[in-house]
Parts: sequence; C-alpha cells; structure tokens
Amino acid sequence: MRAVAVAGVGLTKVSEHWEKGLKELFTDAAHKAFEDAGTKEIDALYIANMGAPILQEQMHLGAMLADALGMRGVPALSVGAASASGGVAFHEGVKAVASGFADCVLVGGVEKMSDGLPEDVLSVLAMAEDQEYTAYTGVTNTGLNALIHRNYMETYGATAEEIAMFAVRGHEHAVGSKHSQYPFKVAIDRVLASPMEADPIHMLECSGVGDGAAAVVLMPADKAPEGVEVAAMSVATGPYYLAGRKDILTFDAVKTAAERAYKTAGVTPEEVDLVEVHDETTIAGVVSLEDLGFVEKGKGAAFVADGCTLRGGEVPTNTFGGLKARGHPLGATGLYQVGEVALQLQGRAGPCQVEGARVGLAESLGGLGSTCAVTILRRS
Amino acid sequence: MKTVGGVGIVGYGAYIPMNRLRASEVKRVWGGSGTPIEEKSVVAMDEDTVTIAVESARYAVRRAGIDPQEIGAVYVGTESKPYAVKPSGTVVAEAIGATPHVTAADYEFACKAGTEAFQTCIGLVSSGMMKYAMAIGADTAQGRPGDALEYTASCGGAAFIFGKKPARTLAEIEGSCSYVTDTPDFWRREHEMYPRHGNRFTGEPAYFKHVIGAAKELMGELGTEAGDYNYAVFHQPNVKFPIKAARTLGFSMDAIKPGLIVPFVGNTYSGSTPLGLAATLDVANPGDRILAVSYGSGAGSDAFSLTVQDAITNDRRLEPAVSMFVDRKRYIDYSVYSKLRGKIVK
Repeated sequence: MRAVAVAGVGLTKVSEHWEKGLKELFTDAAHKAFEDAGTKEIDALYIANMGAPILQEQMHLGAMLADALGMRGVPALSVGAASASGGVAFHEGVKAVASGFADCVLVGGVEKMSDGLPEDVLSVLAMAEDQEYTAYTGVTNTGLNALIHRNYMETYGATAEEIAMFAVRGHEHAVGSKHSQYPFKVAIDRVLASPMEADPIHMLECSGVGDGAAAVVLMPADKAPEGVEVAAMSVATGPYYLAGRKDILTFDAVKTAAERAYKTAGVTPEEVDLVEVHDETTIAGVVSLEDLGFVEKGKGAAFVADGCTLRGGEVPTNTFGGLKARGHPLGATGLYQVGEVALQLQGRAGPCQVEGARVGLAESLGGLGSTCAVTILRRS
Repeated sequence: MKTVGGVGIVGYGAYIPMNRLRASEVKRVWGGSGTPIEEKSVVAMDEDTVTIAVESARYAVRRAGIDPQEIGAVYVGTESKPYAVKPSGTVVAEAIGATPHVTAADYEFACKAGTEAFQTCIGLVSSGMMKYAMAIGADTAQGRPGDALEYTASCGGAAFIFGKKPARTLAEIEGSCSYVTDTPDFWRREHEMYPRHGNRFTGEPAYFKHVIGAAKELMGELGTEAGDYNYAVFHQPNVKFPIKAARTLGFSMDAIKPGLIVPFVGNTYSGSTPLGLAATLDVANPGDRILAVSYGSGAGSDAFSLTVQDAITNDRRLEPAVSMFVDRKRYIDYSVYSKLRGKIVK
C-alpha cells in the first residue's frame, strides 16, 4: 500500500443555501478542491450523503454529481454510514489510492437540510438507529443523547454547565472562520437559558440544521508534495442500539477505531496537536474526547470547562467550531473535519490556526456512535 | 405600475370578530417556549369569511357615501372561502346591493389575495371601465393543532372601494407594483384541512425577499425613500417579520406602529395588510404618505404608495375605526376555540 496525501481541500460555507441544490453545493466544493489541488484529472469519485433519499427524494448521487461536474465516464458511487458517511467515504477514497486502483480521487460530501420539513429531518436522523428496537419508539437522536448526558452527570458528578461549555468553546473557535455556520461567541448563560431540546440537553447544546458540501482530492503522497499525509484511517462499528451496550457512556466503535488508527500512524494521543470530534451534542463531544484517549473517562467535561480544549490548550478541539458552530450538514460533516485538519497542518487555517500543528485527528460518528471513522493526518 | 387620472380609495371598512384566544392558552395545551403574539381573533359560530367580507364591505360603502349600484366589481381575496365552488363575491355583491351589473369573483393568492384584488380594481377604475371597484381581503385562517401557525392564524378582513377623480378620495394611489416568483413556502392542497409550510424557508427566501423586493422596486420607480413616508404597513404574519422588514428598509417603529395590529388580532391572512392599511388611514393626516406592502405565500408581494387626501379628516369618523374592533373582545378558551374552528365535532 502506498502513502496517500490530501492534495486539495474545498469547503463551502455551511449555511441556509436557499438558492442552491445538491448539485450546486457539491460542484462548488469540488471545484474549490480541484483548484486547490491543481488538477481535476480524477479516476474515481466518492460521494458522502445521508439525507438525500428523504429530503430531496434523490438517490444515485454518484452518477448525478459526476454528470454535474462534467465528468461523465468516471466511476462514481455514494457511501452511506449515516452522519459518519463523510469519514467512511474518505476511508474508501484513501483505499483506492493506496491500493493503486486510482491515482487521483475526489471524495466529496454534500447535504441539503434547511428546506426539508422538520419532521423529515428528524426521520432522516432517526433512520440511523434500529427501527425494530429504538427508532420505532419515537425517540429522537437528541433524546438518545439525553440518556447519555443524564447518566454521565449522575455517574461522574459532572455539572450541566461543564458539559455545556463544549458548545461555548466551539463557538469561540469558529470566530473568523469563513466556512462556519455560526462564527460568533455564545455565552454559557445563553446556552443554559435556551429551551430544553431533550432534558437535560438545551437547544444550544445541539448541532443545528444546515446545508453544505466539502471535498478533498486524494493523490499518492509522492505526487502531492504540498499535501498532507494520511497517516491512518480506520473505520469501526460498535453496538447498534443503546440498550445493547454494557456501558452507554462509552462509544466502543470510537475506542476500536482510535486504537487501530493510533497503531497504524504510530502516534499516541499525546502527540496529536488538534482534534475534530463529532459533537452532535455537547455530551457526544465530551464522550468522544474520552474514548479517543485525550482525557480519562469521566473527566472530559471538566477538561473542557478548564479550557484544555481551547486553541492554545492541551488538546485544541474543534478548531473551526465543530458540529455546533461550524455546522453539521450530516453526510458532509466528516469531510469538513478532514479538510479542516488538513488546513491546520498546512498552516492555512487563518484566524483559527493552531500554531505548529503537525498531527491532527478527525472523528466522524454515525448513529449514536455505532459507526466511527477516525482519520489521522500528518504534515510530512 | 402607475395609474391614469388619479385613482384613489373612496371608502374603506374593517371587521374583526369578537372572540379572542390568548397565545398562552395555545401554549398551555401544546407546550413549547415563547409565544409569537398576545392573542388572536376567532370567528363565532355564525361567522365565516363571507360574513366578515359583508360586514367590512357595508362599512366601506357607507363611509364612501356612494350608490352601491355604481360599484362595477366586487372581488373577495381569501384562502378560506366557505364554498369550494360558488363565489363569495356574489354573496357580498348581493348583500351590499351591487348586483346585477357587476363583475364578481374570488381571488386566491395566499395572504395577498386581497391586495391582488386591489391591483385589479385599480386597473379597472384607472382604465375608465367602471366608476367604482371593491376589493376585499378576508380570512378565517386555519392552523393545524399544535403547529406554530396555530398561535397566529386568525380571522378578520377589510374592504376598499377604489374610484377615480373627480370622485372624492381619501387617499390617492401614487403607484403600485407586484413582485412574484414560484416559491413554495406555504401551501394547502385540495381537500386538506390545514396548510403546510416550510418553516424557516418562510423567512428569508420567501417573506423578506418578496416584501423587500416589492418595496424597493416601487420606491425606485417613484424615486422615493423610507424618509418620504409617514407610515408603512407590511404583511404581519407575526410581530417579528414586519418589524424586521421595516428596519431593513429604513422605516421607524413609529411609522409602522399604527398598522401593526398583529399582537392583538393575529394573522388575518388576506385581511392582514388591508386591515393594517385601514388602521393607518384611521390616524393619518392629509398629505401623509403611506407605503403598504403585502405578502402572499407561493409567493409574491404587492406594494402601494398612497398619499392621504383632505377628505380623510371627516370620513374616517363616519364608520368604526379598526381600533374599535381590536378593543372589542371576549376571551374564549381552547375548548371553545376547538369547537368554533371545527377541530372537534359532535
């Protein structure tokens, strides 16, 4: 297997793009990535998406978006792993280049949520869960997170404020970011005063609804000297439904994927300079930091509240705002994360830059941690 | 669009049913956080869009002091007509004594059906095809139980009679414009009891794009700016939207306050902008300029620039002011509301 590099990154601003559909969003990000990479001679196209079959009644995105790019003939397919689709699609793209099957691929994620009816958006999110055991009860994705949130507080004595600080930190980091949906600060009082989405999770502790597309161009590392090396990429699955877990405060898939990735990359969590985690809610962000090995189980919330995840802190986390403030366009999110890590390692993160970053990690979750994709990038 | 020969409003009338449902009552039943308005008007058992239209039309005819036989058109703009097939306009025309030499019809364009009828009436009068034409915006709006719209969907309407100089006018139309696109932000399909809407899609790409688009286009055509107007009326589906539209266009709160009745009446849909304009005429002085901009989902806006005439000082006292209807109220609870609006049937 040969070394692979991220040779180009293209990110659209996560927003309510009323005038743009899937094709416009995707081609915008793809062309940015092509321009960044200095080539558009791709051998394969991988698409990450979650909600199009429901929200746009659109399947068969591979051919549709290849055509929209004017690249008829290229092999194209879409990858689905709920909100981990982006991370998993990246995994597939890397495999294609690493194996020699392709010399240049585009991996792009696209999602258009904002003009979907709320009940349809909730249905899409619920489809990440087991319809026979979980989703049929009517519980929302945030409702499931709330079970973890409450249990976490009771088990480890964490306060609502400490956990909510994850959202505050994300917004602090998003300030100045051009592609983030909510690039402004939000005070902790405002977070805690926002309505309950699913007790004890407040509305401002949840990622919102947005449209966006993110794309990366992958090439063999020796053909992309300015690129960022993919040091490891790993996908793992875990227990599918919450009731089937020995410990609901641990995402097994995250631990498994992370262990494999650290081993492949030959790095330890201490050597990681920045991390992008899947904070669909504040508690998901906290648990992720723990299961990735950055902080001891049960101490994640205090770690965040103490400022350890700030840009100058021990583990700079969600450096463009994360799902909360950069935005969470479902299938595209994992590719925003990888793109952001690449920008950081290349010193192109502007006001969001983590100085001297050489190793970065992205964690993409599908369902309530039932799929996890971990990617480690390294500046060569 | 400019008129030929000085077209204006020769009479107007309003009607708002007495019943009020507090928004807090909807919240008590359905939960949720915050309420978009204080209270909304609800029809009584024997009221519907046609009775609202007839009441407001009668006030308009009396205020105008004209022979109803000289009214050549009666158009009712509504999205809640009692009959799917049978015009409301004929009932109103008959009730006010305008039949049989009259063109009568119902207009549908979501919340701007009433002002769409304004445009037609202005054209008919301006062209000289008839002496007077009446446009009514009236609705008994539907909101699905528990939906965000249930807080605001209310009942009421206003009628306007247009005429041409040398007729005595209360306000002259300086110009108007329509701004229409195919934007599916809110709709109700045939045989469905309640409309559906695109939530946040109803904001920026729908209401604001069209309201601000129409207002800017008309002001551009007339060479006017916000500072040239004493008053402004914007379609009022809630409190937030018209205030934001006003601020975006440079209008002060003082300019929109007289016509902003939504906190106490709710969203009367096709009646919304006509009622706001009527409430503004109730307080405006001769020489004042008014900008009125409606919004109808689907979507479009009609914008009108008016100059208030001397006759307003006397004529506005002839019939009840909108404020009388706003203040005249009795509270009902959610149970009675459910019965009156057909949400429960025996």
